[in-house]
Formats: sequence, C-alpha cells, structure tokens
Amino acid sequence: MTLNTSRRGFLKGAAAAAAMRYVGARPNGALAAGSAPAKLNPFVKIGADGSVTAIVKHFEKGQGPATGLTTLIAEELGVSMEDIGYEFAPSDPSVYNNLLFGPFQGTGGSTAMANSFMQYRQAGAAAREMLISAAAQEWQADASALTIENGMIRGAGHEAPIGDFVGAAARLEAPAEPRLKDPSEFRLIGNASVRRKDSPPKTNGTAKYAMDLHLPNQMVAVIARSPRMGGLATGFSDADASGIKGYIRAAVLPNQAGVVVYAENTWAALQAREALSVDWDFSAAESRSSDQIRDELLNAVNSDPEYNVNGAEQAATAALIDGADTVLDRTFYFPLLAHAPMEPLTCTIEANEDGGITLHDGAQMPTGPHMAMAQIFQLPMEKIRINTMLAGGSFGRRATPTADYQVEAALAFVLTDRTRPVKLVWSREDDITGGYYRPAAAHRVRVGLDAAGKITGWDHRVACQSIMKGTAFEPMIVHNGVDHSSVEGIADSPYQIPGQFVGLTDVAKATTVLWWRSVGHTHTAYAMETMMDEAAAAAGRDPVEFRLALLQGGGKDQERLAGVLKRAAETGNWGNAPAGHAQGIAVHKSFGSYAAEVVEVSGNAEDGVKIEKVTCAIDCGIAVNPDVIRAQMEGGIGYGIGHVMRDEITLTEGAVDQVNFPDYEPLRIGDIGAIEVDIIASAEAPTGVGEPGTPPSAPALANAIARTGTRVTHLPMSANGVTFA
Amino acid sequence: MTITLNLNGRSHEVDADPGTPLLWVIRDELKLTGTKFGCGVAACGACTVHMDGEPVRSCQTYIEDVEGAEITTIEGLESKVSAAVQAAWVELDVVQCGYCQSGQIMSAVGLLSENPKPTAQEIDDYMNGNACRCATYQRIRAAILRASDIMEA
Repeated sequence: MTLNTSRRGFLKGAAAAAAMRYVGARPNGALAAGSAPAKLNPFVKIGADGSVTAIVKHFEKGQGPATGLTTLIAEELGVSMEDIGYEFAPSDPSVYNNLLFGPFQGTGGSTAMANSFMQYRQAGAAAREMLISAAAQEWQADASALTIENGMIRGAGHEAPIGDFVGAAARLEAPAEPRLKDPSEFRLIGNASVRRKDSPPKTNGTAKYAMDLHLPNQMVAVIARSPRMGGLATGFSDADASGIKGYIRAAVLPNQAGVVVYAENTWAALQAREALSVDWDFSAAESRSSDQIRDELLNAVNSDPEYNVNGAEQAATAALIDGADTVLDRTFYFPLLAHAPMEPLTCTIEANEDGGITLHDGAQMPTGPHMAMAQIFQLPMEKIRINTMLAGGSFGRRATPTADYQVEAALAFVLTDRTRPVKLVWSREDDITGGYYRPAAAHRVRVGLDAAGKITGWDHRVACQSIMKGTAFEPMIVHNGVDHSSVEGIADSPYQIPGQFVGLTDVAKATTVLWWRSVGHTHTAYAMETMMDEAAAAAGRDPVEFRLALLQGGGKDQERLAGVLKRAAETGNWGNAPAGHAQGIAVHKSFGSYAAEVVEVSGNAEDGVKIEKVTCAIDCGIAVNPDVIRAQMEGGIGYGIGHVMRDEITLTEGAVDQVNFPDYEPLRIGDIGAIEVDIIASAEAPTGVGEPGTPPSAPALANAIARTGTRVTHLPMSANGVTFA
Repeated sequence: MTITLNLNGRSHEVDADPGTPLLWVIRDELKLTGTKFGCGVAACGACTVHMDGEPVRSCQTYIEDVEGAEITTIEGLESKVSAAVQAAWVELDVVQCGYCQSGQIMSAVGLLSENPKPTAQEIDDYMNGNACRCATYQRIRAAILRASDIMEA
C-alpha cells in the first residue's frame, strides 16, 4: 500500500455526503450554546463548556491511535492535550473509512496514523477556522488577526474561550482545505512529553474492555467447538450440566460449528460446557498432523514453484548460481502461530427498541461484522449499531475476513427470544485451539557468490497457505495468483540483489489462517536476513558492510534502509560486543517503515542463550508521538522474539495440541534484558509502527546465536537445538 | 452456600457454590472488572488480587478459602506503595493494550511492599508470572524502579 501524501480534502470523496449531514444541513441553530456538544465535523465535537472530543475512527488495541489521532486534532485546533478527550467513532464507512482500505472502516496493516495524518489535522484545522470565523463575525474583526491557543481565541483586543463560539461555528460551512500548521509550528506532534490518553484508566482498573461489559439481564454464552478442525456438531446431552447453578440451556449452532451454552454468568457457562457431551461428525474434518503439513510445505519448495513472483527467469538465475564459486542452500520452516491477545475474544449483542441490534465489541474492522450482522438479522445497515470498546490486544486476531466471533455471537443470539443480551466469551483454551493462525511456511533459498564475494544469483522459493485468497482483500493484494502477503519483503526488498528469482507455491488449505503482527514479513524477513548474514560470512565481509553494498546507488528507499542500518550499528556498538557476548543484526522494510535491530546475547545454544539487549533504529517518517513509537518497537521486538524462541501450534490428526499458556508460553519479563530505540528524524509522511519492529527481531536474534555456533533455520528455536537461559 | 467476602474494606454476602473461583465472584457478581480474566489456570497473572496483602491469582483461589481474609482488587488499592506504583506507571506510559496491567500493578505493589529496593533481577524473578502479550516488560521494570524512588522521596 502506498500513502498519498498530497493534501486531501478531508471531507471530500466518500466522506462528503455524510459530512453534509453533520455540517451543512444542521438546522436552525439546534447546536447553540447550552445544548449538546456540537460536531464541527465528523471528527471533532466541542461542548459549550469548551470541552473538546476527538472522534477516533480506529479502535485501540494498545498501539496508540486514540492518543495519536487526538493529538492531531489538538495540534491543529489549538487546545492542550489535557483539554481534549476522545471517543470511538460509530461504524459508518461512508465517513470513517480507512483511507488506505477503500470503502472499509478498520484498523490494520500499521495504517492508523498513515491514513489519518492529513485527515485529522485538516479536521482540527477546519474546526479552528470555523471557530475563528464565528469570533471574527461577533467581534467584527479580521479573522487573520485571531488565533486559538490552549482553547482560547485571542486577537483584535478580544479574548474568549472557544466554547463561546461553538454554536455559531456549527452553523458555518466547513472549509474544505483549511490552512495546516507548518511543521515548524508543531508543539504536540513530535513532542516526546505527550502522554498516552489511556494510561490513567488502564492503570487504576476503570478502563472498560469488551470483556468488562455487564448489560442488565445479560446471558453469557460459550461455545463447545469441534476438537478437530472442521467437525460438525450433530447433537448433545446436557444431563450432567443441568444441575449446575446458573446453567440455562444449550443448542446446536445453525451452522453446526458447535454447541452454544447459555448461562447466567461466565463461570456457570464454562462449567456447563465442561459437563456437556457433544456428538461430532468428523467425516469432513481435518485429519492431518502438522508433521504432514510441514512435509508438504518442504516438498513444495523443493519443486518448481506454482507462481513466478517477480518475472525473473528461473533458469537464468539457476545458471548464475550453479556457475558461482560458492553456493549457499538453506531450507527454512516456520510453524503455525497463535495470536493469543491478552483479552480473550468476546462481544455482546442486544436488541434495540427500534428493532435493530447493537454489537458491543473491541471492533477492529467494524465494516465486516456490520455487514455480517445485517445479513444474519436481515436488517438494513442503519439498523445495526456497533459500540467500539477497548480491546485487550489483537495482533490481527480481532480482524477476520469472516467476522468469526461476531458471527458466532449473532448465531447464538438468533437462537434466543432476543429479550436478553447475549455476551459471547472465549476462554484461553478456545483462543489457542480456535483456529486462525499465522500460516506455516517453508522457504528454500539458494545464493551464489563469486570469488570476490559478490552475489551472482538469489533463488528464493516460498510455500505457504494464502491468507488473502477468498477474502474481501483478495482484489487488493492478490495479483496473477500471487498472494503478495506470502512473499512481501523478498522481491520488493530495497536490496538491489542481482539475479534474483522469487517463486511461490500455495499449499492446500491446512487450517484457518490469518494475518499475524507483520503478516508475511514474519517469515520473509527471517529467511532474507539470516541468508544475508550467511552470504556475508561466506564472502568474508562484515554483515553491515555487506548489506550496505547492496543498498548503494539506489534511491530514497535504499537510503532510508541504509540509514537505519548504520544508526542501529552505531547505537548498538556493532562489532564491539563485551567479552562473552555475541551480536546479530537485521534490517527490514515493512508497512512503509524501516527498522534495523542489533541483538546481543551471551551463552550458547547448548548451555543456554541469554538475550542481553536489543538496539533498534526506526525510520517511520514524521514521529508523531516518539514515546509511543518507542513502545511499539519494544513491543514488536518482544512479540517477534518471544514466538521464535519457543512457540508453535502443532496438530495431531486435525486437533491442536496446545491448549493454554503453559504450552504456548508467552515472552516473560526476564527473557530480554533491555531494549533501546532510536528514532530517525524525518520530514517524510508518517508510516506504520505497530508492526515494523517485529520482522528484524527474530533474524537478528538468529544471527547473534549463529555467532555462538548454532544456525537455526527451523522454528521455534527451542524445538531445534537452542536452550534459553 | 453463602460466604462473607471482605473486599476493598467492605463486607459482601455472596451466594456461590464452593469451588467457584474468586475471579468470577469479583467480576460477575460484584461487577468489579479491573481484575481480568486471561487464562483461568494461573499462568498469566491478569487476575492478580491481594489476599491479606499478598498477591494471589484469583482464577485459582476458591471462594470457600477466602472467608475471613481481606481481599483487595485494583479498585481498592490505597497505600503509599500503590500510589507510587500507579504514578510511576502513568509517568512512564507503561500500558499498551492495558489488559494485563491491573495484574502487573497488583504484583508490583506486592513486590515493593516486601522489598522496597528491588534489583532488576529481583523484579524479573518476582514478576515472572505476569504475562504481557504487548511485551511492555522493560517499562514495567523501569516503573517499579521509579516507584521505589518515589516511595523513598
């Protein structure tokens, strides 16, 4: 995806019609001072008391968009961060669509800031100009003489709080192209002292997540799902559940995907499910083990690929490699991975008095469940409301193309008389065994080097189950059969690799797969950057110098990647590890951002590796909130490293072997000593930060461990010869 | 059975079967939702509360075992230590998704109550049972050290 950095009329295009509802067609001063807060445009609401509320179109799963988008409004409007609050937007893609997703409201692909940067600044600036116009009329002053700072309009000998002019401003036409601040005027954007808006409530227990909703008279629903993927429920006995206090009843879901258990509270529901005896039809269920799936993937990369990804001639690359002085040939395997966000999946559905329904959800892609609800309940879109609540993490899991858990809740609600709200709750066991995994993948990479240590050819084959095929994202991401998300970060890497051929084979459906923090880059960066290290070693060159040589003479893309590489090497004290420590480095571009990381370890694979520290350099364009960016690098690094250390999802005859955290062990506090993050100063348009920290972390760790004597190509590391201290 | 639950300085009469985890009484009956459900098997620490001042996992603490004990949840924290911990958490913007942070804070208060000047290693050892999928760990470590300083000031 590319970011159009030109100014957008923030109320143009898809948003225009809806914007008219809010701004142009506001009847006869209904928003005069003293009434409800006025929406000066779909993104800014101001009360007569001067309280400002940013309407945030992205949900908050921890990556900071609620703070970031609020900051943009505050910056351009002229209020302090203390005097602005936020609320989540309703589901309405005609107004709140992700500008990089087309007509679709949603969060993902590290796009929240990238797509909102101009839109929210323009919204804040438009509100400022409307307030100033209203004041200028009242004071009979020239608007250009007036400014807003800290919520006060001043100039021409006057001074008044913005609340005094909200009513008048709401009757004005919103300017389509308001003047934006010059970056030299920024006082909040780029200010490292701007704090997260959600810190206090998340620190004192008052923050409300979807799991925390208690509607009057609600029932809790849990679902007994097939122990083997794809099994169908045909019946059940609840004889042992009927005596459980709080148990209400159970029913086979209309799609036979499971049996829903209704109860008065969560514990009763969980216990009743435990006591339920379900009959399953496994005739169409998955029967393979993950060993078979792995073998299929490894076989695929040792055969001719199904798709030519980059149009290079396979035979020509093979000849370049076969004629080389040194040939490296490595095969990689990446297992299935679960997302395991801290808050298990949950949502609540209730009937509205107008005949519609409300979905209360940590809604990552509201448009998907919105359409699914309309279909299931046979209601027009405007009869469906989505109340977006805080989400306890996602890493991609709360955004499924099938709206999986919201559909489950809807089906559970359909089976009731609809007089009681139904809250669907997943347990951790449901989460770990419940499908939707980072697909397993295999890579085979052959690299030829000449006598001078220069790359002659690079043959890179990937076998993977497609994430995007069959989803709404297929037209955008799949071209000529190639699911770009399976190979992103290889053929489109800024490295100028001579003689590169990239091939892809889609393997048959193994399980339900899903984007997982940084999507294809989770495996492509590992294969690319560990091979790059091996090639540097074979060439007898320093890994940093070797990489920089492949980034010479290019354009801005190469310069920015080289920039973070050099910076990480510098701040990570590359080449000067203390005695007993080994360093590894990796660099990768993803989601428009450039990240390089140095991992420093002590020990070795046999006696135990200890991760002493990680140093990161990130170039994500204009750093809107430097501290949030640091936090995202810290978290992205931890997420990447934690999984390659010891996590995998395996199947035995179609059933997932891991059930809860004890056998899908999260990164723990003692696993990484320290993480230092350095942000490259930039005037480029802001790009993503939620995901780009993840891809380089695992190969940098692998490269450090390789220097202690063990090169790991099959993951997780702990199942392939590496112990951790 | 009816149990008298002393929670956050108040007494509650709770009607629950023996074997009911304290977590679900706190969340579903008393509607105090700062204490979180993360795994149900005491492997993540999101449900950590204090029982007579000591951190326990409420998902594996049964209602019949808490009669007579004083239970404190994140909503009932009120001490010099907890004030320092919460101030440090906000100062360093520890949270991301935030779902585990009530449990992290309950454990951190437990640590600093028994060891006001922990080393980084002692923090890692004590906090090992509290998982954070956002990996906010280094800020948790820094915030505990910062809280220790605030307590001393």
